[in-house]
Order: sequence, then C-alpha cells, then structure tokens
Amino acid sequence: MRTSIRTAAAIAALTLTAAACGDDSSAGAPAADCVAGQTDGDLLLYNWNDYMDPDIIADFEAEFGVSVVEDFYPENEEMLARVVAGGAQYDVVVPSDYMIEIMREDDLLLPLTRSAIPNIANVDEDFTDPPYDPGLLFSVPFLWGTTGLGVNVELLGDVEPSWALVFDPEVAGQLPGRILLLDDARETMGAALRWLGFSPNSTDEAELQAAADVIEAAGEWTAAYNSDLYADLLISGEVVVALGYSGNFLDAFGDDERFAYVVPKEGATLWTDNLAILATAPHPCTAHTFLDFILRPEQGARLTNYIYYPSPNAFAAEFIDPEILEDPAVYPDAETLERLQFLQDTGETEILFTDLFTRARS
Amino acid sequence: MSTSTGLEQDAVRAEARRGLLIGLPAIATLTVLFAIPLIIVVAYSFGTRTRTGRTDFSTLDLSAYQRLADPLVLEIVSRSLGYALLTTVICLIVGYPFAYHLATRTPRVRAVLLVLVMLPFWSNFLVRTYAWRVLLGSDGPLVRLLGALGIDDVVLLFTPFAIVLGLVYGFLPFMVLPLYAAIERIDHTLIEAARDLHASGWGAFRAVTLPLSRSGVIAGSVLVFIPAFGAYVTPELLGGSRTTMLGSYVVRQFLSARDWPFGSALSVAILAVMLLATTAYFRTGGRSL
Amino acid sequence: MSALGAATARLRRPRPPRTLAPTRAVERLLAGNAWLVFAFLYLPIIALVVLSFNDNRLASVWGGASLRWYRELVSDAAVLSALRNSLIVAVASTVVATALGTAAAIALERFRWRGRRTFDGMLFLPVIIPDVTMAVMMLLFFVQVFRFAGNMLGITGAFGLTTIILSHVAFNISFVAIVVRARLAGMDHVLEEAAADLYASPWQSFRHVTLPLIAPGIAGGALLALTLSLDDVVITSFVAGPGSTTLPVYVFSLVRRGVTPLINAVSVLMLAGSMLLVIVSLSLQGRRTGGERRRDGQRSLPSA
Repeated sequence: MRTSIRTAAAIAALTLTAAACGDDSSAGAPAADCVAGQTDGDLLLYNWNDYMDPDIIADFEAEFGVSVVEDFYPENEEMLARVVAGGAQYDVVVPSDYMIEIMREDDLLLPLTRSAIPNIANVDEDFTDPPYDPGLLFSVPFLWGTTGLGVNVELLGDVEPSWALVFDPEVAGQLPGRILLLDDARETMGAALRWLGFSPNSTDEAELQAAADVIEAAGEWTAAYNSDLYADLLISGEVVVALGYSGNFLDAFGDDERFAYVVPKEGATLWTDNLAILATAPHPCTAHTFLDFILRPEQGARLTNYIYYPSPNAFAAEFIDPEILEDPAVYPDAETLERLQFLQDTGETEILFTDLFTRARS
Repeated sequence: MSTSTGLEQDAVRAEARRGLLIGLPAIATLTVLFAIPLIIVVAYSFGTRTRTGRTDFSTLDLSAYQRLADPLVLEIVSRSLGYALLTTVICLIVGYPFAYHLATRTPRVRAVLLVLVMLPFWSNFLVRTYAWRVLLGSDGPLVRLLGALGIDDVVLLFTPFAIVLGLVYGFLPFMVLPLYAAIERIDHTLIEAARDLHASGWGAFRAVTLPLSRSGVIAGSVLVFIPAFGAYVTPELLGGSRTTMLGSYVVRQFLSARDWPFGSALSVAILAVMLLATTAYFRTGGRSL
Repeated sequence: MSALGAATARLRRPRPPRTLAPTRAVERLLAGNAWLVFAFLYLPIIALVVLSFNDNRLASVWGGASLRWYRELVSDAAVLSALRNSLIVAVASTVVATALGTAAAIALERFRWRGRRTFDGMLFLPVIIPDVTMAVMMLLFFVQVFRFAGNMLGITGAFGLTTIILSHVAFNISFVAIVVRARLAGMDHVLEEAAADLYASPWQSFRHVTLPLIAPGIAGGALLALTLSLDDVVITSFVAGPGSTTLPVYVFSLVRRGVTPLINAVSVLMLAGSMLLVIVSLSLQGRRTGGERRRDGQRSLPSA
C-alpha cells in the first residue's frame, strides 16, 4: 500500500502544480482580431433553455453557413462554476447582469471588438452604460425585465402594488400558506431590503440582518421558496401571490384576466440578459458575428415576441407586436422605470446574503 | 518451515494474487476516476475564498473546517439525518415484505416484477417529481380523495410529509434490489428444517430468514440512507425549500456563495463521518439484527 | 465439461418444498403489501402519462386533451439528440460499471489480499460524496487531464460523451459492487469447492457455478446502475461538452421557463420503449429457458 500512497502523493503534487500554472494563462485575454460578418467555425452556444426563438438560430445558420451547437444551463451559477473550472468549451454564454460583473472581474470574458459588432449602436441609450459593464465593453444586452409579483386578482381584487403583499403581517399574514418567494438569496433578500427602505445592494450587516428577520417572520405564511414553477403554482391556485420574473408570469398568464403582474412601488430589480464571449472561445469571430446578428432590430423584436420580455434594442419597436408594446406589465411606464435598480455583485457580502437567507428560512 | 505450512503460504499467496488480479480493473478505474479527483477536493478545502469567489491556494489553512462548528451547520446536519433515518426505516418496513414476496414468485414472474419495480424510474426524475407535485397539490386527487372521506383542509404539498414521501418513492428500489438479491439466495431447506423444529412461521423467519438476509438489509439501508442524507432536489421541489437540507447547503456553497473551500470542507467532513459510520455499521450492524 | 454441467445442474439450489410457504394469511398480507407498493410506484406514472396529453403549456394546469406535445416532440431535434445521448451514456456506463463492480465484489468477498480494506473503504466514497462535489471534482480533474495531455503529449481532449460515461462509471461501480456483495455475502463455498473437486478450472467454476448463483445480484446491480445513469443531472451537466446534453440535463435547464408537457411526452416514450424492450427480452428468455424450467419443476409457491 505504501507505494500506492507515494504514487498518489506524486500525482497530487503534479495536479496542483498544473493547476497553479494553468491559472496564469486566463488573465486579461487580448481582444480578438475580427471584422464584421466574419466567421471562423461553428458557433458553440451555452444558453438558457427555451429562451430564444429557435428560428433565430436557424436563420443565423442559414445566413452565415455555420452550425450552431446549443447547450443549456438552468442557472447562472452553474454556468459560472463550469467556466471558472475551465470546463466550458463554448464561444458565447448568456449571463445575467450581475454575472457579467463577476465574470468580467475574473477575466473570464473576451473584450468585445466593437468594429465587428456595428449593430451595437442599436442598443437603447438607457442600456449602454449599465453599472455591471460600463460602456458595454464585454457584453451586449438583448432582453431585459423586472422581478416583481404575480398576483391572483380574482381572489385579491385590485391590490396596491407593494412588497407588503408578501412581507406585511397585516396583508400577507392574512394569506397563510399562500405566498411564494424565490429560492434566490439576492432576489428575496433584495425584496425584503426594499420593503425596509434599504438598498438591495446593501453591504451593511445590520440592514441585511433586518431583511433576514423580515423573511424569517414571513416564513409563517410563506408556502415555498421556489425559482422554477412559481407561475405554475400561481395559476394552479396553490399560491395567490408569488415573487418572480416578469416575462414568465406574462407568458403563463396569456389572456387570463384572473392574474396580474405588478412592480411594487418601493422599487424592484431591473435585470438584463446579455450575450458575452468567453475569453477561451474557440471561434471568437463567429461569436462576434452572432452578437451583431442578435442586435439587428428584427431579431431583437423576434426575441421579445417569443418570450414577452422587453427589448433593449432602440429600433426593435416597429417589429414588436403592438399588443406587447402597449402592455404596461411588459413595458413599464417611465415612473415605474425610475424605481428599478440592478442587483450588483457585493463581493464578500455574497456569503452573508446566502448565509442569512439560509438561516431565515429554517 | 514445514512443507505443509509452505504449501499453505503458497495457497494464501496465490489467493491474494488472484483476488488482487480480479479486483485490479475496478481498483485502477476507481483510483484514476475517483481517488485522484478527490485529492483536488481535499486541496480546495484548505484554500481560501477570494473576493471574486475564486480559490486562493497561497495560504493553506483550516479556516473552512472551522466553519463546520457553526450551529447552522449542525442544525442542517441533524435535520437531514432525521429525514434520512425516517426514510430508511420506512423503506425497510415496506421494502422487506415486498422483496420477500418478490423472491418467492416463480422465476418468470420474479423477473417481470423486478422490472416492473424499476420501470417507473426509467422515465425522468424531474417529471416524476412534478407529477407528485400535481398529485399532492391543494386541488390534486389526493386532497380531493381525503376531502371525500370527510378530512378537509389537508395540506400535503410543501410539508415534511411530502419530503418523506418523495424520498421514500425515490429510494425504495435501492432497498428492494439488495434485499431481493439476498432473500432469493436463501436455501429454503433451512426454513423447512426450522419449521419442522419450531412449527411457528414467525419463529422460522426470525431464526433463519432474517439472519440470512442480513447482508441485504445492511446494503439496502446504506444505499437508502446515504443518498437520502444528501438528497436536495426532492426536498426542494416537494418541501418547497422551506428548510435547508445538507445537500442543498453544499450545492449553495459551490454555486451561489462561490465558496469552494467551504463546500469542499463540508464534503470532506461528510465523506469522513459517513465512511466511518458505514464501516462500523457493516462490521457490527449485522450482529445486532 | 458435460460431467461438470450435470454436476452443477444437480447442485443447483434444491427446490423449495411447499412447507416453506407462509400461511395463507401471511401470504395474503404480503401480496396486499406488494399491490400497495406497486400502486405507490405507479401513481405518479399514471399522472405523468395523463399530463403528457395536456394541451396546456403549463404541465400542472389541465387544458384539455391533445397529441400536441407528441407532434412537437417528433420534430424537436434538441430533445431527440438529448434522448439519444442519454441512452448511449446509460448503456455504456452500465455495461462497464457492471463488469467492474461485479469483479470488485468478488475480489472483496471471496479473496483475502493486501489492500483489501483500503479498497473496501474507497468503494463506498462515490456513494457517499455529495453530487455537486463529485461534479466539481470530476470537472476539475478532466480539465487537468486535458491540460496535461495537451502540454505533455500534444493531445487535445474535449468534454463530451466520453467524459460523461467515465464519470457515470466512477459512481456506478460502487452501487453495483454493493448489490452484488449483498448476494455473495454468506453464500457458502460448497458448490465452488465441489466444482473444484470435479477438476473444474477456476474459470469454469466461476462461469458455471458462481456466475449463475450471483446472477440475480448482477441483474439488480445493473438495473440500479442504469437507473442512476438515466437520472443523473448534476454530475453530467458539469462534465458535458458542446452537443452532449443528456435528457435529464435538458429537462433541468427548462426549470426557469417551466417544464412543458413535452417532457412528459418524452418520458412516456421512454417508458413505452423500455417496456417494449423488457417484453421482447423476457419472451426471448422464456423461449430459451423453457426446457430448463420444466426440468427444475415448479419451484414456486402458491400465489395469492
């Protein structure tokens, strides 16, 4: 046995040395030398499932004569873990805003060659300087949305859009076992922070503790913490108020007037979904061309028509279904827009968010 | 050294050689595909999380292990332990008579029944769990059935009951398969002999069948208990994530908290404790049965 | 050879006499329990099948019956390729893991050798380790292997079906070994010794005595391995490469948008497929072992 232990130790040492050496290579990838419309192989796309109209992908393949190999991930964090470990051999990923910030800081993304993406000029000026990626140096937004409340208005009537619907004992407390919160530390803690009048990006321990206390108290009437079937559970009558993402609710509600989506008056999360190119992308030029393709106004509109999330493309409006365009639940009015805010990476405080949220639920 | 002991030593050596030879492919595979990768996890457990959620190896320390003493961790562990034990006991109570019944059918019926046990599990885990969600829902058939029986206002979904039900459903085959394999093997003339002596069926069962199927009981309990202890998808989907189980706590360290050192330390601790417990159970558990 | 065959045939487990049958009451209880267990196992399957005909996009809200999802399924290339990947991975990893796991069980249960205890402990680790830890660990491991292979040997490795199969083998060996050992444990050596006395080579005695005796254990282990492989999400999603998404990974990635009855339809087809496979193999087996069964006589108990 002794020999095998020695062998194992040697292999361990080798592995760790290799790991240590490998890490240098990823620091600050240089921009790719690509021009608009250039392709350098098939596109490897790591995407959310059922997010993009499949015809968009098919059209891209037809126009540029490349294939798109598409794989799917259920959450940003899983994608990140694979990329960090060096096991995601893809060109383009689709991170949400806060994830762009994390990946950018860690040099996991390729700086965009703007000349290869002329359509980047189509991005609405509201989105050209987001806090997570000022000046859009690493990412382009293609959809945005809000995190708010899905409400069963048939049962509750016209309610005041407020976080009181899920946190106030006087309001939510009357609906025991009928409230659903997201199983997401940042979103649910963020909602509690807003209800208390704090910033959702607070790094103040006392404020975070207060938010955790709110969630703990809400445990009494919270049926579940769930990030996947909240719309299902609302429609099937399992819960009457649910925290979730705008487009999913609207897609699930369809023409059903018994349900409504509201953005609480205390403010809510504004988020974007973005395309970014991995620093290790095997086909960076095809990737740039894909980004440019998605930023065409017609494609931006197709995305919105498919999934009911608004488009950050300034010129997409003319191709979007008028019905969607006029729906205030999809496109919030200016006053609501004022109250929306991005969730930002809080560095070490992320652990505190996760920890307090875990404790608050137990 | 006499010739006979020399021969014996030769025989022992030959047996050792043959044993090693037969085990070698599995040993080699597990060493390369498991033991070596495991060293990486152990290495991570001594690292520290950087601000961006990477792991820093420049200062190796035990800080991640110190966090294991957190009361939150202990609470989560004891809760998961409770669910896993309950699941194992129910699986054993339901699974033993079931496996016994299975093992006493004709070979042909047995094969069919065995496959029928496994068949539901060749669909898709998530879809099965969602099906349970519909069944347990407040408007679902089970609540309606209870309502028709005069039991109103029952909440099934998102309760501890739903969690245990989901776990038992998911792991029952893990209990039935080794039990079946062990019971089917029992030489039935022994039972006959016992019956001749004791006459009581229960007595014969306790004296012969149960001790002889011990290996199946042990293997089955381990195969149910361990995965149930680390289960997280079922408790999340059917329990509504209202309580944190060990499995999801570990997942959260690796994913949302991006604290790989702590996630690794947790895993290493789980491995060490469970390995000791399993080995002890295998060595002594049999006798107490 | 034929003498050995005859000897083992005679040595085969004695047929159980009728007296071992539990009393009628007990037998009824056992049968009742079995029916209940089957009802429990199939209740969600029935729901799953019914929901696959649901016209609504949301799986849990009934919107009338239709074949919509089956029609969509036939033209959904992503789902079909995921299904194909799943089957390849499940079959390949089950075959390899069953062979290795059975050998491991025999080596541990039948022989005494140096390092046996260490191996015994190591065999349990893949069962104990949390899924996500194994996932991250396999991912980091393969990254290092590829890096090493690239630097030293100039071979470029890539994540894909091979890495998935290897990872499944890594956890399945243990499950197979545990089930087979439960069968081997305490089984006496009389038959093997008898075979040896009849000058059977170790291989002959294994092939004609041990193997038939532990076959139910091997079958059980293989069934377990197949099931685990078909259902694994976490490990697979971490070691998958472009284009090697398996069905469970695909389904799991749908959670953010809600699982449609399309996935129920896929599950129904998988169930139907495996049922067909089982029926075919059982009827083939029945034809092959028909004569033997008659010779064995009625070893069954009166069924309730």
